[in-house]
Amino acid sequence: MWSISELATDIDAWLNKTFNPTLALAIEMVIAGVAVISLFAILGLVLVLMERKVSAWMQIRLGPNRVGPKGMLQSLADTLKLLVKEGLTPDGADKVLFNLAPFIAIIVAMLLMAPIAFAKDFQLWDLNIGILFVSAVSSIMVISILMAGWSSNNKYSLMGAMRSGAQIVSYELSAGLSILSIVVLSGSLQVSDIIRAQADGWWIFKGHIPAIVAFITFIIAVTAETNRAPFDLAEAESELTAGFHTEYSGMKFALFFLAEYVNVFIVCAIGATLFLGGWMPFHIGTWEGFNHVMDYIPSSLWFFGKTFFLIFVIMWFRWTFPRLRIDQLLNLEWKYLLPISMVNLLLTTAMAILGWYF
Amino acid sequence: MVEEIGTTTEGDLIINVGPQHPATHGVLHLVITLNGETIKKVEPHLGYIHRSIEKMCESLTYRQFIYVTSRMDYLSAHINNHACALCVEKGLQVEIPARAQVIRVLMDELTRIASHELWWGAMAMDIGAFTPFFHAFRERETINDIMEETCGARLTMNYMVPGGVMYDIHPNFQGRVKSFLQLYKLKIHEYAELLTGNIIFINRMKNVGCLSPEDAISYGCTGPTARGSGVSCDIRKYYPYDAYDKVEFDEVLETNGDSLARYMVRIREMQQSVRIIEQLIDNIPEGDFQAKTKAVLKLPKGEFYQRVETARGELGVYIVSEGGTTPYRIKFRSPGFSNLSVLDHIARGSKLGDLVAMMGTLDLVIPDIDR
Repeated sequence: MWSISELATDIDAWLNKTFNPTLALAIEMVIAGVAVISLFAILGLVLVLMERKVSAWMQIRLGPNRVGPKGMLQSLADTLKLLVKEGLTPDGADKVLFNLAPFIAIIVAMLLMAPIAFAKDFQLWDLNIGILFVSAVSSIMVISILMAGWSSNNKYSLMGAMRSGAQIVSYELSAGLSILSIVVLSGSLQVSDIIRAQADGWWIFKGHIPAIVAFITFIIAVTAETNRAPFDLAEAESELTAGFHTEYSGMKFALFFLAEYVNVFIVCAIGATLFLGGWMPFHIGTWEGFNHVMDYIPSSLWFFGKTFFLIFVIMWFRWTFPRLRIDQLLNLEWKYLLPISMVNLLLTTAMAILGWYF
Repeated sequence: MVEEIGTTTEGDLIINVGPQHPATHGVLHLVITLNGETIKKVEPHLGYIHRSIEKMCESLTYRQFIYVTSRMDYLSAHINNHACALCVEKGLQVEIPARAQVIRVLMDELTRIASHELWWGAMAMDIGAFTPFFHAFRERETINDIMEETCGARLTMNYMVPGGVMYDIHPNFQGRVKSFLQLYKLKIHEYAELLTGNIIFINRMKNVGCLSPEDAISYGCTGPTARGSGVSCDIRKYYPYDAYDKVEFDEVLETNGDSLARYMVRIREMQQSVRIIEQLIDNIPEGDFQAKTKAVLKLPKGEFYQRVETARGELGVYIVSEGGTTPYRIKFRSPGFSNLSVLDHIARGSKLGDLVAMMGTLDLVIPDIDR
């Protein structure tokens, strides 16, 4: 069966045969970098189009359908437009911070790509604290938003940034705790170990109710962390015009936009990895025939299928729910989600110690 | 005292919402004093879309000035025209044919539904739900098509004239209205599913922007804004005009006075409008659609006042005539102006996000406030 990891191994072997090991490693790094950047660009294009099509479907309209077949090239055209647009820097802005902020956002999103397993044994960097790395790096995102809001010299931006700061810092706790419960069950922080622990069943099935509670908490928390509706208070179009990126235009705005979508992809990929078995195919106990058929579907398809399902769920939220108010948002986290996920973590730990999972 | 950087001397932040802002739905300018997220003061600034409609009307004849009023509250153009036509008829003392009366009421109620539909969608968008807008527009579009067929226009209809209506209804009118009512009843549950029953929505609306009945009266609020506070003020009930005394409908009242109450008043009002249309659509009397009037209208010397219930509240038309072909003075009492004046009172102490929800439930149409 064709697999990405075999392809990667073959390329690695060929490079090591042809060049000396140092040069081969350097070339591999360049290839990985180019691959990440192209994945970035493709994800941006695909997710923007997907969002527009999903929203159109929910809003009884057609969505983009003029540029290219069925509007497929619409986001490409939009990107071109943003590329040639002038990137203004407001007069009173703190120029250094203002121009730095979008790059921090995009660098954070790029770093988060590293420990994600896209297919069977296909990972950029399988470091032994993979999940901790993800939690740690994703916290840096708030800095770029605060920088953008503060340096814009715009009151709307400032309020958006302050809201976002409060929001991301709070929801990180629940997201972290729900991730921890899976770490407790798997007994490892390494992404490949967590996936391998799900070979005989995904955690959402094996982990009983605590895993399901953790999954729901995780989805709510990451929706808030990525500033997506109904938690999009940092942008809150009808209140703060565009929140922290009000003053951004052209490619600087596009970088924020891209970072948002890539972040959505990454949190959904993490969710798929932790709860839905990453690239693991769907197996049902002793149904040999069924399991064999499932094994024939390439692991990368499994991974992207699960991730895009979660992305669809998050988009579904956005186009269905009204926005929360800032005090309601913080109440939800500190009074409900955080206690629930703490108790849930205790239950999961008890379950893991007593071995009460399949 | 406002300093240069936009803070007060107490250190509160001053932000300008509008004149271009997604939540004001037009060129309203609100100067908001904020303490963090909490609103301390809201100061509406008007005049960005002042077209001096009242002054313009003074140089137009009694037939012509009605067309300008379609541009005041553009979401209930029929009802504005209706008010002016009624006021002129009062001066002329002409009897309106029964057919014209019924057609006028039908058009008014269709307009009310269309206007409330747009309000529903726009208000949902204000609090961050984008999808209801398109669902509301699906139904509103059907009404616009019906209007287009009979009146020849979709927004500024100019259909009511002194003495009746401009043309007879289109042969398809009754059938299309009936099929619209059917569609509407099929779809109305979607509104509850999308918004009314949503827990986030209820939390955003409940006990927000409370307006007591006393304040509603003293600020001069009318229409759904006042009825949400339990003030009974439906002009259609108290001073029935045209065919309103022949139909049965309830005046919708809610007692809480919060945003949710104002929301529920409008939702239930749409159902009452459906009820009125159902009673009349099969009972349009035969006869003339316009009374015989002179080509050049001259109102006797005197003052004439007519009030009607628009989708937003009470619209008053006050004409002072010197006996000529044009009015000496015209004054419109627009519902939006008084309803806006209450915003500062109800918004103080609440969060910035609530301001948008309150403005949504006041159902402000800026050209109506400014004229």
